[in-house]
Amino acid sequence: MAKSSKRPKKAKAKTTKKVAKKTAGKAVKKVVKKSKKTAGKAVKKAVKKSKKAVGKAAGKRAAATKKARPKASPAAGRTVAKASRQETPRHSTAEEMALGQREISVAEFFTKNRHLLGFDNPRKALLTTIKEGVDNSLDACEEGGILPEVKVVIAPSDGGEDRFRVTIEDNGPGIVKSQIPKIFAKLLYGSKFHRLKMSRGQQGIGISAAGMYGQLTTGKPISITSKTSPGRPAHHYKLEIETKRNEPRIIADETVEWPGRRGTKVEIEMEAKYQRGRQSVEEYLEQTAIANPHVSLLFVTPDGETKEYQRASNQLPVETREIKPHPYGVELGVLIKMLHDTPARTLQSFLHSDFSRVSMRVAKEICDRAKLYERARPTRIARQEADNLFKAINQTKIMNPPTDCLSPIGEELILAGLKKQIEADFYTAVTRPPSVYRGNPFQIEAGLAYGGSLSADGLAKVLRYANRVPLLYQQSSCATTRSVISTGWRNYALQQSAGALPSGPLVIMVHMASVWVPFTSESKEAIAHYPEIIKEVRLAMQECGRKLAVFLRRRRKAAESERKKAYIQKYIPHIAIALREMLDLSERQEKTLVNQLTDVLERSRS
Amino acid sequence: MTKIAGQIKDTATSVRSKIQRKSKPTLSFPLRSLSNVTYQPKKGYLQLKGRKKTRTLTVATVKTFAQTLRMMSQAKTLVEDDEIMTKREAYYVSKNWDDARFDEQPESDTVIDDIEALFEVNREQLGFIPEEKGGEIAGKLVVIDHDSDTGEPLRIDCTKFGSGAYSIPISVEHLKFETKAKFILAIETAGMFQRLVKHGYWRKANCILVSMGGVPTRACRRFIRRLADTRKLPVYAFVDCDPYGMFNIYRTLKVGSGNAAHINRYFCVPSARFLGVTPQDIVQYKLPTHPLKEVDIKRAKDALKNDPFVRHYKAWQSSIQQLLGMGVRAEQQAFAVHDLNFVMSHYLPAKLAAAKSFLP
Repeated sequence: MAKSSKRPKKAKAKTTKKVAKKTAGKAVKKVVKKSKKTAGKAVKKAVKKSKKAVGKAAGKRAAATKKARPKASPAAGRTVAKASRQETPRHSTAEEMALGQREISVAEFFTKNRHLLGFDNPRKALLTTIKEGVDNSLDACEEGGILPEVKVVIAPSDGGEDRFRVTIEDNGPGIVKSQIPKIFAKLLYGSKFHRLKMSRGQQGIGISAAGMYGQLTTGKPISITSKTSPGRPAHHYKLEIETKRNEPRIIADETVEWPGRRGTKVEIEMEAKYQRGRQSVEEYLEQTAIANPHVSLLFVTPDGETKEYQRASNQLPVETREIKPHPYGVELGVLIKMLHDTPARTLQSFLHSDFSRVSMRVAKEICDRAKLYERARPTRIARQEADNLFKAINQTKIMNPPTDCLSPIGEELILAGLKKQIEADFYTAVTRPPSVYRGNPFQIEAGLAYGGSLSADGLAKVLRYANRVPLLYQQSSCATTRSVISTGWRNYALQQSAGALPSGPLVIMVHMASVWVPFTSESKEAIAHYPEIIKEVRLAMQECGRKLAVFLRRRRKAAESERKKAYIQKYIPHIAIALREMLDLSERQEKTLVNQLTDVLERSRS
Repeated sequence: MTKIAGQIKDTATSVRSKIQRKSKPTLSFPLRSLSNVTYQPKKGYLQLKGRKKTRTLTVATVKTFAQTLRMMSQAKTLVEDDEIMTKREAYYVSKNWDDARFDEQPESDTVIDDIEALFEVNREQLGFIPEEKGGEIAGKLVVIDHDSDTGEPLRIDCTKFGSGAYSIPISVEHLKFETKAKFILAIETAGMFQRLVKHGYWRKANCILVSMGGVPTRACRRFIRRLADTRKLPVYAFVDCDPYGMFNIYRTLKVGSGNAAHINRYFCVPSARFLGVTPQDIVQYKLPTHPLKEVDIKRAKDALKNDPFVRHYKAWQSSIQQLLGMGVRAEQQAFAVHDLNFVMSHYLPAKLAAAKSFLP
């Protein structure tokens, strides 16, 4: 905090110096008037506050908001006052404040707040970069109807030990030349934000943020090669992002040879740390392979080791449909914006055409309830009666959104994925029927793998997925984890301490498919706690749990009877020996007795 | 002897035939606890009420079942060969039985007790003998035993052991007695026994002294019983004044125990009477006392509630109540507070003068 607050403070001091003379007297008077006795205290407080405020402001760079400005000014005033031997703070005028007020570019904002996007540290940055690249590749391939083949290479760079060159290459449909610069070197640019469709990417931030991170840590541009059809040449771009304007700057633009039919290759040089184990690139790829059995993945580690995750199914996920928003999921502000932007002429037709599940009849009902004329112009409503309309929508019974826009993995493929990557004794999977949160359709799927090569000590491992993308961070704050914990696993023959995951050789997979997955942050690490989501996950867990319990009980029973059998066989011969000794039996008679006894006891077991 | 071998064989046959009929074999034993005994003064000992526990061969009982049968087989061999085996030796022999061996001796002891109860005989008849010492005798008694080599009779004069004493053998059935003593005094502690022997109290009082050394062993009980029966002598018990002395030592001597209820008939001395120390003696002789321990109180209350012998005698119940009311206990050696030989000079003569008033 102290470090970051230094720079802006100085800068402000400079700007305020000029006006200091003019307003100094005023400011001093003000403070004196306030309270002579507490002046010292007040100053100290003000300074403390201003430091905080400056710290915050630093994030937004010199863009001092109206809120922050007045708080910040006493500190600046103090610096000046110190110089003139007087400990008197001074305040800024609106005009002074105006000098520091300017626009913040998204790119600038994220340069300072890169942790929001998952670039907190070199290790996570590497994972996030690969994740964004692979997600984009898979989305593109699936949308283009191509079975994805993705190659990920992490190569050491000559720039230093902590520098790597990350390459993500796919066999997707490629990208049109004119779009490449904006897609890769402009934040918040993309096709996925404005539509409601199930896809891995959502915001149009990821890959360009990765490029920006590379640029920030190594100064090297992001390099893209893309080919859209076998007949055309491949384009090669080297791009930088102009952080102030959030616009791409083209460093190189050339045509190159590309051996494949089509596809895209992204190369980013970045500061990173390569590690194995938990939350590693390998774990991400492995989990991706589980939830995407139709994908073939190739991974080359910095040591030159090659790992292959082979395709287990030739079945592409069903292409999903884009849907219009459901009225229940729309907030007032969004509703007003939609009213403004709609091409519809009447309120009724607006409701019918811009939302899903609103028939003309339902639209009329909403209008009546809001006491609005159904033929009114939407723009007029936006200004005056949107609030009524919003309330009316929520009071009207509207059918749930369509769910054919979801493409679950399916029980069969979940099993295939689990079996491919995890060696266990028991597998089960369940795909829940679709459900709705805040007007957004979603679907929960779950899989379980138990026993086999899994470690028996410690807690179960939870694999979380959102739209087939593994979530590796912030497990504890994720809605799915909470659901798994709140499931009573003891009912399913497992051990579980209060408030913890179940323990045992268990892997739990949870997948949420939705047109809009509610993440808790832009780095897409944890799913928000919507009660509908938590409930669905729990139901899925219970369904899997029941099947697991059947398996476990059967197995325990078998083990128990095996144990009993061994136990019986230990002592039966002694009974026979004793009887032979007492009754002078022959060895054959003794043997017969053993057999008969075994019979009697085994029968009594069942 | 062969009668028991035959009984064992019969039991084995019934087990075998059940197995051959493909049903689960069972063995049934009388339940050996205080809850399964009654006291009838006419008979004079704690008698089994007849409740039985049945051990059916199941998965859970297969180990004990096998061990019981093997031990039975062992007993049969002992009986047929006229051999004996201590309980400890039986435990070691079981080490040959692989998985069916006993890990600790108490396990094998229980099985032996079970078999004993199964055939309603004492273990000595099965060839198993205890490790425990039988007790000691001093006084006006001649025991007639026989030489183990020649078989000739041996006369053992119990007055001629000086400051030592005659040890009661483990098996006493063959012994014969000659005595002119007037009574038998069964003493709890070896210390008190030593004092009386040292000063020749038996000579003065014309009696036979027996040191029980805590709860009397079966042999000791049997010895006193036979001696008392054959010579028609009264038996007086002289023990500490605490619930252990009263109900573990004296009650076992007189009427037997719950655990060995199946053999109480032979192993008790119904004619025994309680000389002291009584709670009243504590008051009368101003004996130094110790407070009753929690286990003492528990034992006393348990006796009041569950012991058929105590429940039969009002005198005993009021004695216990008195003791519980006083909340103290006193040892028989506490008389030393007055004078080392106070016991012989005052207490015992005073008591014996009123033998009728002894507790039953």
